[in-house]
Amino acid sequence: MGKLDLDGLSQAARLIRIEVCRMFGRVGQGHFGGALSCADIVAALYFHELRLRPEEPDWPERDRFIMSKGHGAPSHYIALGEKGFFPKEWWEQYEKLGAALNTHPNMLKIPGVDFSAGSLGHGLSVGVGMALAARQDKRSYRTYVLLGDGECNEGSVWEAAMCAAHYHLDNLVAIVDRNYLMVDGCTEQVMGLEPLEQKWNAFGWCTEVIDGHDLEAILNAFDNARKHAAGPYAIIANTVKGKGVSFMEGRREWHGNEITPEELTQALRELEGTA
Amino acid sequence: MRTESIRERFGLAMLELGRRYPRVVVVTGDLMYPTQVHHFAQAYPDRFYDVGIAEQNMIGVAAGMATCGKIPFVCSYANFTALRACEQIRNDICYTNLNVKIAGLSSGLTYGVGGPTHQSYEDLATMRSMANMTVVVPADANAAEAAVFAAYEHDGPVFLRLGRGPEPVVYDRDASFTIGRACQLREGQDVSIIANGPMVYEALSAAEHLEKAGIDCRVYDMHTLKPLDLDSLRSAGLETNLIVTVEEHYIIGGLGSAVLEGLNELGVSTPVMRIGIPDLFPIIGPTNELRAHYGLCADNIVRNVKAALSSI
Repeated sequence: MGKLDLDGLSQAARLIRIEVCRMFGRVGQGHFGGALSCADIVAALYFHELRLRPEEPDWPERDRFIMSKGHGAPSHYIALGEKGFFPKEWWEQYEKLGAALNTHPNMLKIPGVDFSAGSLGHGLSVGVGMALAARQDKRSYRTYVLLGDGECNEGSVWEAAMCAAHYHLDNLVAIVDRNYLMVDGCTEQVMGLEPLEQKWNAFGWCTEVIDGHDLEAILNAFDNARKHAAGPYAIIANTVKGKGVSFMEGRREWHGNEITPEELTQALRELEGTA
Repeated sequence: MRTESIRERFGLAMLELGRRYPRVVVVTGDLMYPTQVHHFAQAYPDRFYDVGIAEQNMIGVAAGMATCGKIPFVCSYANFTALRACEQIRNDICYTNLNVKIAGLSSGLTYGVGGPTHQSYEDLATMRSMANMTVVVPADANAAEAAVFAAYEHDGPVFLRLGRGPEPVVYDRDASFTIGRACQLREGQDVSIIANGPMVYEALSAAEHLEKAGIDCRVYDMHTLKPLDLDSLRSAGLETNLIVTVEEHYIIGGLGSAVLEGLNELGVSTPVMRIGIPDLFPIIGPTNELRAHYGLCADNIVRNVKAALSSI
């Protein structure tokens, strides 16, 4: 599967959202909000931006991707399955006893997952390590880390941010899924992040704020990041938590929630455009 | 008694490791000079990363590099790794089973005047509780050097617990060192003293004193705390009447605990006496005085062995 155009990416993002909801629907619950908010970013990465070989998941020259907001992993699982890293039947086993695919990703069990995640504030440091290794080995692969905005409360994120700028890691991209909601409510009420862009700037990153559901804007931001040779690049992607399902959008309780069969039917109708 | 600085030998061992093996990288958190890896940094600047005073990031960076085929040695203090970055070690290195080595210096009471913030007596309890982790506690400078190379050869996470300043020399420089296999340093039929780290020397001194009192002690250096050498432990339990553990760590969670657990698994009911730091924050003082204050010395081992034997 080559790079998709904007229409294709839009379809891919829609497919991610549909399959995520089906996967959650089978187990009756899931982290809908954050998986849906990052679906366009994941689609842009996996169906356009990342240099990968699904038939050779450990290809040393592959671009690295870390889902630092580990509860966003289900979107990643759909992209990986679609790319052929593992059989799509694995989606059916999601969260079953001993299954490879779980709430949070495990790199030892899932081909194409470059790092395990779950506890927040870990991924950017790991990305810094991957980017440093690339530079040391004179390899051209790039490292992308997807963070949640609530995750940016963690001090370790800023330790890593400082470190990436110190080492001028122009092969490292952080994408912040800025959906403004965390478990306990609005990010600005729970623990204010603003001015978020200025914080990343002050830590030495080139920054860009985009609409995280505008696929053209996402691709442009990736291009800009690649052209920026002076250091690490942060894309703050404004998104809507629960994007695509009317009764989930912007609702705190859909961060992680149980879903009834009726709600699932309604969600799939909306996503499939048959509502 | 000849002494040698643990950290000086560690630093030189890291230099030699770097010379031999190009995949080795060093990551530190503003402790290049205290851990003596400035030798490595000067020789191999492109394989040396000082990430500043940010231990969580230090561990994550090492983990990321390990996924790309590097063999990172994280060189810092025992408590700044095992405690400050405990969760990063668990999730980023152990859960992922990555080939990262953590050298935790300044352990136990070796920075006695630094006080509890810089001392470390919980590190072995946390590190040995983690799946996939191997925990090594060398007795002297020669063992520390050997342990660096053994850690490199071992595939997977290793926590290497090291001291700081000069400690008595126990081993010859060419003594063999095998992870997972205890060294029996003395034969004896009455009592087994099982120690690790700098307490091995104290155990040997105590055994000499006890010999004069007619008590025949064998001494084991249980330098690998995890996986514990159950074969040696079985011999100690079945062939002697008393086991005494000596460690520069809380008696909760360290060597004494591991020995009790091991004997329980083996179904061996030999009495065990644990000598270590009690359940409190120690007072502050020079290392050797502080060790003596808490009974981490040959005299106290002798006293305790005599008392225990008289009550068996």
